[in-house]
Amino acid sequence: MRRSPKETEQAATLVTRRGVVLGGIQLGFMGLLGLRMRQMQVEEADSYRLLAEENRINVRLIPPSRGIIYDRHGITIAENAQNYRVVIVREDVEDVDETIAKVRRLVQIEDRDIERALREMNRRSPFVPITLADQLAWEDVAELAINAPALPGITPDVGLSRIYPLGADFAHIVGYVGPVSERDLERLQNPDPLLQIPEFQIGKIGVETKLEGQLRGKAGTKRIEVNAGGRVMRELSRDEFTAGQNLQLTIDHGLQNYAQTRLAGESAGCVVMDVENGDLLAMASAPSFDPNLFVRGISSKDYNALRDNEYKPLFNKTVQGVYPPGSTFKMMTALAALRANVIGPEEKVWCPGHMTVGRRRFHCWKRGGHGWMNLDEALTQSCDVYFYEASKRMAERFGIEALSDLCHEFGLGERHDLPLSAIGDGLIPTTKWKLRMRDEQWLPGDTLNSSIGQGFVLASPLQLAVMTARLATGKAVSPRLIKSANGIELPVPDAEPLNISRGHLAAIQKAMRNVSNGRRGTARRSRIVAEGMTMAGKTGTSQVRNITPEERARGVTRNDQLPWNRRDHGLFVAYAPYDKPKYAIATIVEHGGGGSSAAAPPSRDILLYALYGDVPPLEAYPEDQRERIKTMHDEMDIRARLKPESKPSRA
Amino acid sequence: MSYLVNQVQTVPTGLRKVLYLNWALVLLLTAVACVGFLMLTSVAGGETSRWAEPQMKRFALGLVVMMIIAMIPIWFWRSVSGLAYLGALGLLLLVELFGVVGMGAQRWIDLGFMRLQPSEVMKITLVMVLAAYYDWLPLQKVSRPLWVIPPVLLTLVPTALVLKQPDLGTSILLVAGGGIVMFCAGVSWWYFIAVAAAGGALIYTVFASRGTDWQLLKDYQFRRIDTFLDPATDPLGAGYHITQSKIALGSGGWTGKGFMQGTQSRLNFLPEKHTDFIFTTLAEEFGFIGGISLLALYGLIIFFCVVSAVQNKDRFGSLLTLGIAATLFLFFAVNMSMVMGLAPVVGVPLPLVSYGGSAMLVLLAAFGLVQSAHVHRARSR
Repeated sequence: MRRSPKETEQAATLVTRRGVVLGGIQLGFMGLLGLRMRQMQVEEADSYRLLAEENRINVRLIPPSRGIIYDRHGITIAENAQNYRVVIVREDVEDVDETIAKVRRLVQIEDRDIERALREMNRRSPFVPITLADQLAWEDVAELAINAPALPGITPDVGLSRIYPLGADFAHIVGYVGPVSERDLERLQNPDPLLQIPEFQIGKIGVETKLEGQLRGKAGTKRIEVNAGGRVMRELSRDEFTAGQNLQLTIDHGLQNYAQTRLAGESAGCVVMDVENGDLLAMASAPSFDPNLFVRGISSKDYNALRDNEYKPLFNKTVQGVYPPGSTFKMMTALAALRANVIGPEEKVWCPGHMTVGRRRFHCWKRGGHGWMNLDEALTQSCDVYFYEASKRMAERFGIEALSDLCHEFGLGERHDLPLSAIGDGLIPTTKWKLRMRDEQWLPGDTLNSSIGQGFVLASPLQLAVMTARLATGKAVSPRLIKSANGIELPVPDAEPLNISRGHLAAIQKAMRNVSNGRRGTARRSRIVAEGMTMAGKTGTSQVRNITPEERARGVTRNDQLPWNRRDHGLFVAYAPYDKPKYAIATIVEHGGGGSSAAAPPSRDILLYALYGDVPPLEAYPEDQRERIKTMHDEMDIRARLKPESKPSRA
Repeated sequence: MSYLVNQVQTVPTGLRKVLYLNWALVLLLTAVACVGFLMLTSVAGGETSRWAEPQMKRFALGLVVMMIIAMIPIWFWRSVSGLAYLGALGLLLLVELFGVVGMGAQRWIDLGFMRLQPSEVMKITLVMVLAAYYDWLPLQKVSRPLWVIPPVLLTLVPTALVLKQPDLGTSILLVAGGGIVMFCAGVSWWYFIAVAAAGGALIYTVFASRGTDWQLLKDYQFRRIDTFLDPATDPLGAGYHITQSKIALGSGGWTGKGFMQGTQSRLNFLPEKHTDFIFTTLAEEFGFIGGISLLALYGLIIFFCVVSAVQNKDRFGSLLTLGIAATLFLFFAVNMSMVMGLAPVVGVPLPLVSYGGSAMLVLLAAFGLVQSAHVHRARSR
């Protein structure tokens, strides 16, 4: 088929025309592409650059090292120790199960740790190191390091973890830290992003949680370059963290240890306070527990044992526990009556062994009665009827508020601001309180019960210690627990004088001296004979419940015949030296029986330790007791006082 | 017989042919390939052995193939174009039956020394067979409906096979390539308007098929279209590629971050950074200047092809040249639109730059045909 030149020419023209049109369209589209490129790379370049920067740079937090807690002499109570652990990187491991089995042949790892690690592994990218086990011994780490070539993907690692070298002594004061729980996060309004770091530790109870803000410090940041997979390529820059503040407590580690040891075997609480500046030197709560168990999560077996213990080791008896103060409260009744001028210091009251108000008969602890009693004799022998009478007179003229006001001035029913968990408020009842809480009228019998620290009255050992310190000085000293933060001493506020006449206070102080020194004093057996260290105190016995008529019929007449948890609480408050007061103490021995037998002896020993700054010498004790005290001290497992390290170092 | 046979005495012979090669085109192609070597070195982190070296070897091989094809008279190529088309169709069927499944699609035949992608070959042979068809068809019959049907069938049969692989990008390129040759051959405008309308209807049907038993596209293809329409809906999922590509490209700015300094592409934010998304690396590291320069190189290639076609009185030669130029255009236009977020991610490489053996070889062979048409044309002495 031959084509004419004309057709060829025509076809060529057509193709040329269409070709030019097509070329034009193509060039036009390329122009569009160029414009789009210009728009993105020139006009919108800045916003894309910003996006690119965000893409590439990832800010990671560096956990700060937690502040160290020292006692008043610089002894470490809580510090950060190197925590040896073993981590696994999934992508480097050929067979996870097999490798874990191999590791377990070398190092003991609990099943629950393995389960947790496997869960974590499934959730995270394969290159993220996952902790298999921590708190390993150095020997285990060494063992792993030697076998490292046979265990690809397994690396021994070191991190920081909280430890409490003094163990149980400070469990109730300092508390403990633990891993951040869901509940912790829910509780916080705006949680610190730090808390999201796995294995970050946060205060759970005590000073650790109450001063979390100071102890935690500020996270550092490092800017790292990552790729799309999240793998770290390199570190670009680093802002170091700000370490948490180091805190120094007012507690003396030796005294604290002595108090814990002295009270061991009892369910008891004891607070020792400096009467001048309010420094709390010891806050012992027995029995205690090892806070180190909680740091990594306690096993349920250990926890159940602690929880189900009848002596309640997890319960802080010094501030959380509130008890009827019993006769230790009588100083308050006496002072209130003196201030109200309803009774004179030398005025005598007849004690027939009971007092009848309305149709109820209120007994004195001494059934036969004390006879004629003045203030000094009434306190020394703890005559109940004297205080019934004094409070009755006072309440008739001024109402029970005359007593409750004075109690608040002495720190009872007041919440003392300390960085401790679950501080109990105690209770000083008033007419209004009874009406509001119970919808009942205040009865004269309530006044009588209150006057001897029973009925509704509740106080914690801390509050009783504050009361005693204020009785000793006549000033409104407040307790404090933190001595310095980051080496800077916290100021001690000047204590205001209390609105109490010197003479009345002196009368009370003298009576308290007679309690533990006088011929008929209830705590005479617990006196201190060392010169210039005379102790002034007051015993108290608070009934947990009365002996029932059925029990009486069965012949139960004495407290120690009852089951333990129904026996009376024994209390004792004291200060020493009498002439120049230095330390106040308040002790409760739960279900220990009478205050003079259960609470006064350990109080004296602990107070003596505070005065001597070490285990007291036998000369301080009455001669006939020295043999027994020596045996007791020999049997006690007292830790020798520690010396502060020359330079407190940060682990 | 056609015009060329009559004018054959004006065609250069022997080694003189080398002088008559379109050298500008050779230089331009080499320049574009060099841009590719540079970028492949960059994405490999400065290593040439990973991608750049094999690419250079293939380019060298491709140049030789191009020269050989260029030396063979264009009328030979015209006479074998039907066979070539049937051969490519056979290969497509072969992949359908025995092909290697890669990246979720059956695309390759393993030849041992390289993997052959028959759909690549088909793009060129389709242009050849259509050019030959219109070379044979008398001009007055071009727009008659009966004579429009054969080229449409020639286009749609391989398109259907490719679509079944499934390779959406290539099937679009096939349809567009076939359409362009028909357009250049002089098929009436009305057909194109009608096809555009039908295409609109087809797109509608495709979307309507979504979620039904006769779904025409795979789910991932639908998702790509979705995320193309609104990448923000799924920035870390399917829209991730587009978003990351735009960030990398946009952050390049005027002059770019410098050779091997592109943070986005180097840090693995980009997928397939050495193949489909290589333009992003170029735009990030050399900025607007770099991107527009590459675009200009492509533009010049198109320009020289159009000039060559216009000067060529041989219908087969000029249609072939225009068709192959259009194929090149479609490649880079779709690829660039894709990385700039103007088109969905369809998996079309950047011609001569993206890493990939068969695409480059086939393209250089195609330019061999363009050269052959250029050399073997009638010249007035």
